[in-house]
Amino acid sequence: MFSSDCRPWGPVFLKEAIDALKKTQMNLLKLIFLFLLLLLVQVFILNHIHFRGYINPQIYILFILILPARIPGYALLLTAFFTGLVMDLFTDSLAIHTASTLFAAFCRPAVLRLVTAGSKQDSETDPSFGSIGGLSLSIYSGIIIILHHSMLFFLEIFRFTEIAQTLSRIFQSAIITFIFVIIGFALLEKRAGSQSR
Amino acid sequence: MRNLLQFIYRYHFFLLFVLLFTLAMVLNASRQHYKQAFIWHSANTFSATLFQVRANLASYFHLRHVNQRLLEENAKLLDRLEENFVVAEDTTRIYYDSLSQRRYTYTHADIIQNSVTRRNNHITLNKGRDHGVLPDMGVITPYGVVGVVKAVSSNFSLVNSLLHSETMVSVKIEKNGHIGSLQWNGENYRIVEMAYIPPHVELEEGDTVVTSGFSTIFPENIPVGEIIDWKIRRGETFYTAKVKLHLDFNNLAHVYIVKNLMQEEQEELENHASPDI
Repeated sequence: MFSSDCRPWGPVFLKEAIDALKKTQMNLLKLIFLFLLLLLVQVFILNHIHFRGYINPQIYILFILILPARIPGYALLLTAFFTGLVMDLFTDSLAIHTASTLFAAFCRPAVLRLVTAGSKQDSETDPSFGSIGGLSLSIYSGIIIILHHSMLFFLEIFRFTEIAQTLSRIFQSAIITFIFVIIGFALLEKRAGSQSR
Repeated sequence: MRNLLQFIYRYHFFLLFVLLFTLAMVLNASRQHYKQAFIWHSANTFSATLFQVRANLASYFHLRHVNQRLLEENAKLLDRLEENFVVAEDTTRIYYDSLSQRRYTYTHADIIQNSVTRRNNHITLNKGRDHGVLPDMGVITPYGVVGVVKAVSSNFSLVNSLLHSETMVSVKIEKNGHIGSLQWNGENYRIVEMAYIPPHVELEEGDTVVTSGFSTIFPENIPVGEIIDWKIRRGETFYTAKVKLHLDFNNLAHVYIVKNLMQEEQEELENHASPDI
């Protein structure tokens, strides 16, 4: 009934997602733990850092960045939607985190392909220092963070008269988030490395 | 049918993105309708309870500061006690009779969620409809204006902070009574702008700005801050002054909700007298 490139729906889709997880060093439990950790850090600590008055690092985007590369598209989007929704629930912000995290997740596969295109690895490798290298990882994280923050701040403040101020907010917050994300990547990798030894 | 399924399968990533993104934008669009949007705010029971726990913990770290303020407030109130005044003439007595009618009542509330980093900041309070809080009531401390109640649930209320683009407060300069309107421009959360001061008014650094009492929301003469800078902007004919707030919104914990008992009466009269506006 179906042609070869049109696979059936349902459980097979789910199986695909689980298979993708199995092939990486991360398992579901670890991801859930990471999600909860990032949620707590974001909501109870980072949301109360008011660097220079209005700059908040949005570390939770690390969760979208660190997901395995083989994760199927729909799982990526649903995860992003859920992550954003939880953040919105805890930061009193309707659905701006949902929309911007979703947008970041939508752009992720393309950006990941872009940064791994020239290298020896294929786009199947998971984003980390060890697999794609520091430079590629920085570019990949940087682009996604800029996209995410642009969406976030423009949804929050949409006024033409305040456009310069909004851009400076995006830029400054993105830098701080970037630093936190890179530290996050490094810490997680170090932990994983020491465990495997 | 087969082609349709194939199409959906091939583009499911993009289609799902569009679907979810539309959903998120619909949620965002409900921003205007506070009552519907209320479910997304921390005033919904689950996250409100969590924030209450956090606020309880955090309040310990502010105790010294809060005590200091309470002492100052107490001293001020003690100053006003009748016993402090020696009656100058034996024949004079103070009567409390029907000539003085109550206009404002105050309810105490704790802040359980607050922010200063966004362009539009909201505050959640732990008092709601069950405690007599209604939308459009003012929220103050003795050191300044905090905001206006925007929506209430039975036990919590959501306040548009002064640090919100929709909050405008009618204020005046204490020494000469000239009025203006106070609004935040979204930059430094310690500094707000007082607009529409006529250019003939003589301003000085350190002039105190207090509420005017013209709006039906805030009582008169609550200190707000002091003027630190002023200028006429390009293309405008009025001064805009920068006002440094007495209040630091970042360590705010306890506030008073003001109910104006004559609000309805005043608004009714004003609307009746000027139906065009």
